[in-house]
Amino acid sequence: MSSETTTKTPEAAVPPPGPAPVKRVPRGRKRLLTRRDRITLAFMAGVPTVLHVALVWVTALASIALAFTSWDGIGFGSIKWVGLDNFKQLFTDNPQFWPAVEHNIIWFVVLILIPTPFGLFLAVQLDKRIRFSRVYQTAFFLPVVVSLAVTGFVWQLVYNPDTGLINSLIGANKPGHYIDWIGDPHLNLWAVLIAASWRHAGYMMILYLAGLKGVDPSLREASSLDGANEWQTFKNVIFPTLRPTNTVVLVVTIIEALRAFDLVFVFNKGAQGTELLSILITNNIIGESSRIGYGSAIAVVLLVISLAVIIPYLIATFRKERRA
Amino acid sequence: MDLSPSGLSIPSTSRRSLLRGAGGAALLAGAGIPLLSACGGSGTSSDPKTVSLGSNQSDAVPKKAYADIYAAFKKQSGITVKVNTKDHNTFQEQINSYLQGTPDDVFNWFAGYRMQFFAAKKLASPIDDVWAKIGDNFPAAMKKLSKGEDGKYYFVPLTTYPWAVFYRKSVFQQHGYEVPTTWDQLVALCKQMKKDGLVPIAFGDKDQWPAMGTFDQINFRLNGYDFHVELMGGKASWTDAKVKAVFDHWSELLPYHQDGFMGRTWQDAAQTLVSKKAGMYLLGSFVAQQFTKKADLDDLDFFAFPEINSAYGQDTVEAPTDGFMVSKAPKNHDGVVKLLEYLGTPAAEEVYLKSDPSVVAASTKADTSAYSALQKKAFEMISSAKSLTQFMDRDSRPDFTSTVMQPGLQKFLQNPKGVDSLLSSIERQKKTIFASS
Repeated sequence: MSSETTTKTPEAAVPPPGPAPVKRVPRGRKRLLTRRDRITLAFMAGVPTVLHVALVWVTALASIALAFTSWDGIGFGSIKWVGLDNFKQLFTDNPQFWPAVEHNIIWFVVLILIPTPFGLFLAVQLDKRIRFSRVYQTAFFLPVVVSLAVTGFVWQLVYNPDTGLINSLIGANKPGHYIDWIGDPHLNLWAVLIAASWRHAGYMMILYLAGLKGVDPSLREASSLDGANEWQTFKNVIFPTLRPTNTVVLVVTIIEALRAFDLVFVFNKGAQGTELLSILITNNIIGESSRIGYGSAIAVVLLVISLAVIIPYLIATFRKERRA
Repeated sequence: MDLSPSGLSIPSTSRRSLLRGAGGAALLAGAGIPLLSACGGSGTSSDPKTVSLGSNQSDAVPKKAYADIYAAFKKQSGITVKVNTKDHNTFQEQINSYLQGTPDDVFNWFAGYRMQFFAAKKLASPIDDVWAKIGDNFPAAMKKLSKGEDGKYYFVPLTTYPWAVFYRKSVFQQHGYEVPTTWDQLVALCKQMKKDGLVPIAFGDKDQWPAMGTFDQINFRLNGYDFHVELMGGKASWTDAKVKAVFDHWSELLPYHQDGFMGRTWQDAAQTLVSKKAGMYLLGSFVAQQFTKKADLDDLDFFAFPEINSAYGQDTVEAPTDGFMVSKAPKNHDGVVKLLEYLGTPAAEEVYLKSDPSVVAASTKADTSAYSALQKKAFEMISSAKSLTQFMDRDSRPDFTSTVMQPGLQKFLQNPKGVDSLLSSIERQKKTIFASS
C-alpha cells in the first residue's frame, strides 16, 4: 500500500513546474491535507498526547491527590481523605524527613563544589592533546558508563568494615579500632559521596570536554598574542565561552542530587545518616508497607523542590530565546 | 521563505510518507496490545486436574524441595500443581497487588500477623474444612499461629526454624564456659569472653532486621508473650516503662556486641563465629548456612536466650513458620482442599526436609530420625514451647516495622542514651500508622 501511494502522491502534490505563483501555495497546502492525512495527523498528535497525559499528567496529579489521603493500596474503597495530616506528620513526627532534605542539599553542594571543578580540570588537561589522552578519557569516563547499582556494590566492598580495602590497609578492622564507613551516621554520607563524586567527575569531564572542543582556536591564539598566560587565558577567555556548558552542568548536577537513589540504596538502603527523599518514598510506597498516601506526600515535597529549581531555569531560558 | 517547487514538494512528500508510516506503526501497536493481552488471558480456565500455586521459594534448595512435594502429591492424587515462582523479595513486595489481581489458587506465605492482615482484608479464604482433617498433626502453638483474628483457620504450616544463641562447642570447652540460663550468667559470660580476647556477641545490622531479633528475645523474656503480642499489634504503648526496661537490658549487653555492626551483614558476622573469633551469635538457625565445612557445622550448637523474668522463664520461642494460604477465589476449590490436606501431613514435610535440612517440620508427627543433632534440638525447642512468635516484621504491620522500627532500632544502637525521645517518637508514629485503616 505504501509504495503505491508514495509514488503517486508527489505527482498530485507537486505544483506544476516552472515559477509558481505565490498565491497558489496556500491553496496547494490546504489540498495537501487529504482526509487520510488528517487521520494520520490526528494519530501522530493524538497517540503521544494520550501517552503524555496518561503517563505524566494523570500520574503526577493522581499522586498529588493521593498525598492528601491515607491508602494501603488494597481496593479503591479504602482510600480515606485525611487533608493535610500526611504533611503534618511528615514535618513534625517523621525523624527521617528533615535529615533526608538536608542530605539531598548536601549532595548537591558537594557535587557542585568538588567533582564539577575537578571534571573541568581534567577536561582542560585532556584538551591539551597530551599523550594517551584517549586512555585517560576512557578511564575517567568508565564510572559513568557503569550502572550506579554496580558502583554502589563495588564501593560497599571497598568500605566493608571487616574485609574492605580501606580498613584492611589502615588496620581499622580490629575490635576497638573499627571505622564503620557504611554504618556510622557521621561518616557514611561522606563515604557514599566519595563514590558519587568519583562518578560525577567523569560525567562533568565529558561535558566540559565537548564544550572545550567547541571553543574557537583563534580565541586562544589571540589571547596568547596579547601576552596572556595560561591561567589568564582560561579565566578570561575560555571559561566565559563555556557558558552554555555551565548551564547544562548546573542542571545535570541538580538533577543528579534530586534523583540520588540507586547508589545509596545498594550501599546501605538509606540507613541512618544517608536518608534521602527518594529512598523515603520508596520505603513507604513500594514493598509490603504500602503507605501510599504518606509516600505520595513525600513525593510531592520532592516535586515542589524540583519545580522550585526548574521553573527559574526555564523562565531564564525562555527569556533569552525570546530576546534572540 | 523559499517557495520554489522543489523546496515545497520534496519535504512535503517525505513528511507525508513519514506520517503514513508512523500512523501505520501506531495502528499496528494499537492492534498489538489487545493481541498481547489476549495471550496473557488464555489458559486461565479452570481445570479440575490442576491447582495453581504462587511460590516465593526462588532459591535453588527450597525450590527443588517444594517441587518434590508437588511431584509426590501428583503421584498420590493425580492433580498437577502448576507452580509460578517469583523472586523471594519481589514476591513479598508485590504481595498486595498480587492478591488483589488474579492470584494463584494457593500461595506461599508466613504465619502470624502478616497472614491475619490479609485474612482480615478478605484477600484469603478460610480453610476450616482442611483443618478438620489435619488438626491432629499439629501442636497447639502451631494451631494458634494458623488462625486469623476471626478464629478461622487461614494457613497451613510446613516448616519452621528457631532463633537462638549459637555458639561453638569447642570454644566453650576450651575456655570452660557454661551455657548461661539467666541474664546475670549471660552478662558474666560476656565479661569473661571479653577478658579471654573473644568478641562476646557477634553482630551485624547492615540489613536492619537482625536488631529486631534481639529486641524480640529480650522483650518476651522480660515482659512475656502476651505483652509482646500486644506491643507488636499496636495495642500496648511504646512509652510503657516495660519497653524502656527492654532497652535498658539491651544497653547493658550492647558493649559486648561486635564493633562496627552498622555496616556489617549477618553473613560477615557469622564468619566471626566460624573463625572462632566470636563466642556467641543470636540469630535464626539459618546461620548454619555459613558453616560450609562439615567439621565446623558439627561443632555448632545453640541455647535458648536466657531467662530474664522468672514469671516467663524460657517459655517463648521465636520460630518463623512458612506455609501456605488460599487466595480469595480459588478456581479449583476441591483441588485446593486436597492439596492443602496433603501439605498438612507429616509425609509432605518429610519429603521437603529430605532436600532442605536447614529447617524443621512444623508438625510434631513428622519422622525425626533423619534429623541432624542441630535439627533435633531445634525441633524439641519448638515443640516444647508454650508460645511461638514469628519475628517482629511478621508479627506486626509491615509498614510500621519497615518505616519506623528498622530506623528506630538503628538509632538506638547508635545512641543508646536517647531511648526516651526515641520511644516517644516511635509511639507517635505508631499511633498514626495503626489508626490508618
